Amino acid sequence: MSNILRSLLHRLGAALIVMIGISMLIFAIARVMPGDPARIALGPNATAEQVAALRLERHLDAPLPVQYWEFVKSVATGDLGKSLYTNRPVTTDIAQFLPATLELVFVSGILMVLIGLPIGILSAHYRGRFPDHVGRLISLLGVCTPAFVWGVILQLVLGYFWGWFPIEGQLSQSVTAAPAVTGFMLVDMAIAGNGAGFLDALHHLILPALALAMSGLGQTARLTRSNMNEVYERPYVEMARAYGFPARRIATRYAFRPALIPTLTILGLEFAAMLGNAFLVEKVFGWPGLSRYGVEVILRKDLDAIVGTVLVIAAAFLIVNIIVDILVNIINPRIRLAAGRA
Amino acid sequence: MMEINPQKPVLTVRDLRLAFGDRHHATEVLHGISMHIRAGEKVALVGESGSGKSVTARLAMGLLQDQKRTHVSGSIWFDGIDAAKGGKEIARRRGNRVAMIFQDPTSALNPTFKIRGQFRDVLRSGDRSIAKAEADRRAEAALAEVSIPDPKRALDSYAFQLSGGMNQRVMIAMALANRPQLLIADEPGTALDVTVQAQTLKLMHEMTERTGTSVLLISHNLGVVREFADRVYVIYRGRIVEHGTTAQLFNDPRHPYTRALLAAIPKISGGGLPDLPERSPDFENPLITHEGCGEPTEAFA
Repeated sequence: MSNILRSLLHRLGAALIVMIGISMLIFAIARVMPGDPARIALGPNATAEQVAALRLERHLDAPLPVQYWEFVKSVATGDLGKSLYTNRPVTTDIAQFLPATLELVFVSGILMVLIGLPIGILSAHYRGRFPDHVGRLISLLGVCTPAFVWGVILQLVLGYFWGWFPIEGQLSQSVTAAPAVTGFMLVDMAIAGNGAGFLDALHHLILPALALAMSGLGQTARLTRSNMNEVYERPYVEMARAYGFPARRIATRYAFRPALIPTLTILGLEFAAMLGNAFLVEKVFGWPGLSRYGVEVILRKDLDAIVGTVLVIAAAFLIVNIIVDILVNIINPRIRLAAGRA
Repeated sequence: MMEINPQKPVLTVRDLRLAFGDRHHATEVLHGISMHIRAGEKVALVGESGSGKSVTARLAMGLLQDQKRTHVSGSIWFDGIDAAKGGKEIARRRGNRVAMIFQDPTSALNPTFKIRGQFRDVLRSGDRSIAKAEADRRAEAALAEVSIPDPKRALDSYAFQLSGGMNQRVMIAMALANRPQLLIADEPGTALDVTVQAQTLKLMHEMTERTGTSVLLISHNLGVVREFADRVYVIYRGRIVEHGTTAQLFNDPRHPYTRALLAAIPKISGGGLPDLPERSPDFENPLITHEGCGEPTEAFA
């Protein structure tokens, strides 16, 4: 396990460097935006005294390195400033909206894996035959169609025409939200022991999660298919056939696992990209998440809120990548054992 | 120990033809191969690259038949069935009644699973309901039989952690674990160095003698064939051109192609190698069968 721990520390170090880079970039953007950052942060209705007070508080008259240092210090102590839009500390807003996004992205990730991998396996197993054609069509449509278009299509067909799923929101009007323990609706409902509420929340979650998953799902299926087709040409697959291993077992184990290693890296990137893609899906489905919040604050030039949202999404992106790297290390014995020897 | 009737053939190939392509344009690569292997016999199929020796082996295993644009005719009688037809009957016998050893043992073992799991699946081909503990016990015994020093550790290793020679031993143990009637060895150990390759062949010889398994050795290396085989078929461009016991063939090669092949073996005395022409009208001469090597006359299958 120590080799995995070592690689984890290594990734965390790299992530820290990336975060420093991102913070510098955001800091710079906030400084090059036309106008006075204090004036922008406080909005057009603030008085000159308020602006001057904020300039002092944020050290806006100090040299740039000092300003950056103060910025880092306040971020490190959990102070991201105040949102103009909600008139609350940005950290409070993020704490409220982030769980809904994470829940959405997490369920999308599960759908991407649970649907994308089997489609890829079936396509490779039935190469050139009917299931392969269907699988390739689904994955092509998934990759080519933007998430918000999927959102509208799913809303229209499954929500409006057939009425199988609610069209928007996180819960039905009749259902009261469980007390926020974790902020994740499904988890809170489960903690509160509210089974009907849990199902209602899940029911609301499926369409937006599917809309968000489609692109990654298609990409996952395509990659699994092509990687497996390549693996099928390898001597160890011929060996598996020559020794009478059942074809299904070859598809799901002996050809699948070697093909999963290169797929998993891309899968992690797709998963992280969902954090960014989520904003239009959240908009379409009226989902009270951080991405929608991010769009709102960008449109309102709500500087502190923009900075806070970008930092949090960047951090989430990095954490997902670290998790994927660790998974790749665990699943690939060649890397795992090589790391152990080094 | 299985009952051996030295006369009865284990494998009988008759007029085997293989073509690739569609209905309108097919290219025939095997033009009517006929050969047989008796119980406990070691037979070599010798020829240059592209002569059709490997596809013959794969057809006998039923590995090519289900691929698209592949046309097979003729018959391959093995264990009471016609393997040339491909399909379930021969598939059920793979790993069990017939097994195969490959060129490069390290790439023939899956890099993402330990030897243990793969060995279990090999044993399952012989006995669907074998328990894990019993499979592991038999795997350990099989590895000990091929002189692997620490079978437990080998089972818990990945192929890339073992040497090529070790992996070749593992493959031989796997191949013979279910006591097959026939072992097909496709250029075994060609990817390994010469010493290890020689050890591999020696081990394969000993083990198949012990288990009474017939061997079809696919090779382009006449030196290897001379050491190993009882009988030899020489294949050239999809046709068997000469066939006899190893002694007959090496002492009295009659077909021009066989003579050219033998002349191409490097000699320690030096003197350079004669050119082996890629094609020669002489090589198209009809099949030469040496005395006593004709097809057995009793009923097949």
